[in-house]
Amino acid sequence: MDKRKINNPDNHARVIEIEGLNKWFGSFHVLRDISLSVDQGEKIVICGPSGSGKSTLIRCVNFLEEHQEGQITVDGLELTGDLKNIDAVRREVGMVFQSFNLFPHLSVIENCTLAPIWVRKTPQAEAEELAMEYLDRVKIPEQAHKYPGQLSGGQQQRVAIARSLCMKPKIMLFDEPTSALDPEMIKEVLDVMVDLADSGMTMLVVTHEMGFAAQVADQIIFMDEGQIVEQNTPTEFFDNPRSDRTKLFLSQILSH
Amino acid sequence: MNSPSNEAITQYKEARPPPIASVGIIGWLRHNLFSSVSNTILTLVSIYLLSIAIPAIVDWVILSSQISGDTRFDCKVEGACWAWIDQRLGQFLFGFYPASERWRVVIAFILLFPALIPWLTHGIPGQRYLRWFSVAYPVIATILLAGGFGLQEVPTDKFGGFMLNLIVGLSGIVLSLPVGIVLALGRQSKLPLIRWFSIGFIEAVRGVPLITLLFVSNILLPIFLPPDVTLDSIIRVIIMVTAFASAYMAEVIRGGLQAIPSGQYEAADAMGLNYWKSMRLIILPQALRVSIPGIVNTFIGLFKDTTLVIVIGLFDILGIANAMVSNPDWLGLSTETYVFVAAFFFAVCFSMSRYSMWLERRLARQRH
Repeated sequence: MDKRKINNPDNHARVIEIEGLNKWFGSFHVLRDISLSVDQGEKIVICGPSGSGKSTLIRCVNFLEEHQEGQITVDGLELTGDLKNIDAVRREVGMVFQSFNLFPHLSVIENCTLAPIWVRKTPQAEAEELAMEYLDRVKIPEQAHKYPGQLSGGQQQRVAIARSLCMKPKIMLFDEPTSALDPEMIKEVLDVMVDLADSGMTMLVVTHEMGFAAQVADQIIFMDEGQIVEQNTPTEFFDNPRSDRTKLFLSQILSH
Repeated sequence: MNSPSNEAITQYKEARPPPIASVGIIGWLRHNLFSSVSNTILTLVSIYLLSIAIPAIVDWVILSSQISGDTRFDCKVEGACWAWIDQRLGQFLFGFYPASERWRVVIAFILLFPALIPWLTHGIPGQRYLRWFSVAYPVIATILLAGGFGLQEVPTDKFGGFMLNLIVGLSGIVLSLPVGIVLALGRQSKLPLIRWFSIGFIEAVRGVPLITLLFVSNILLPIFLPPDVTLDSIIRVIIMVTAFASAYMAEVIRGGLQAIPSGQYEAADAMGLNYWKSMRLIILPQALRVSIPGIVNTFIGLFKDTTLVIVIGLFDILGIANAMVSNPDWLGLSTETYVFVAAFFFAVCFSMSRYSMWLERRLARQRH
């Protein structure tokens, strides 16, 4: 497990540190003794069968899920029940959801400016300028004044990415960002994510897009039954999986 | 069946307009009135019934009616006798409000429109300033109606007629929405005390008829007030009507809140919005939009319930009507009187209903 420290001889740029994380839903032990650290700029792809706890894990990072045991430190702040820390962490951590979760009653640009204006207190004109910059970056500036319901799934997800980026986060969490998309739209979202990865963003991505994982991930984590079964570089992970469960999983998803 | 061809289509087919018989007036008639045998029969029966009813109503209300006379004995016609309106309209509108001061009520009523309209629609010139006017309006209206600042004081027991229905109804409507929102949020609160209080209030108030609340307001409200404070009976009615309507409102809005997918809460949380901001900016705008039919339904119910003030000795328009039909001069004109009163309520309630439909359509257009 010491492999994760390779990129990080000094502890300077560590942005997420998870130690001995345990979580239960009722009596169901969903995360079991998870330890993981992520350095600034690192891209981690998390995969595994459904119900393995991968989404729950990244949702713990911005405290959408409360953990019962262990420590999670994000950007130097430990996540406890303390609302101040939670709000501070959420300002620095962007999240993209499987179902986009755009605000349907607000236009695209209002979706993007809402958090900068109300959370960061950015003046409206400046927030709009910023929003247009990021909408440009996800290649849909022309949709700025439409409502989410008027856009395709791929466009909505790109807006969701732009919306998160408008908060200028240090870390981006992606919870199966392409799972709800029509096949023809997956690429446009992945392109944006690759672009974002190239810009040096720290990313935790839950996905089954193994092509994307091979292209951008520094580390791939394979989870099963609430634990990290295997963690490795993409080359090692695909060419030389160590556990039988990983081999089975890869054979299932790569077989066609 | 086409035989499979090895060539792909290179020329796509052009879109064509639909067949004539399915669009326009003919299409509409066919689709809505004559789509089947039973529908056609229903249409013909309806046309027949309307052809009997409408001429009869028009005849009674207008053609064979009489509008002049001093008592019912002057009415010698088959149709309606509207002669009393000339004498009694003032009472129906203003109750026992002194005739020389009624202009104040009229001004308060006229000012109501610039106070209300900036909240009902968008794109009014000077909307922001008008909204400040709305905030000041309750004070302005109170001074105009009750007096003070150089205006002759009019005790509230002189208030009556439709003016009283409007005062109680509008106050109840304006107050019950925010109180209902707070109760709905309170009912979903994570803090047990707030949740229990909200549930207790909603269930207690909803479980009792409004008429009972009005009766006990004489006894109940003084318990919560300092001993030397006495509440005007109209204020008491407004408090009770508001409490009653807000309990219903809370449940209507709770339904709206439950219709919001959890992803909306999560997205708001993930952006770092705190509870109040995410409610105000994300959740409530959507929940209230979903709840519009229920909210307006509650408003309409509330407005009609204002007639219950009669049980604590206030004379609203229905109270005045009751008094008039037992007056020897106009005895026996109850149909005319109650039709007249019903027309007032219908005008207000139907306007609210149309407004809500217009609002729903406008909000729906935004999303597609």
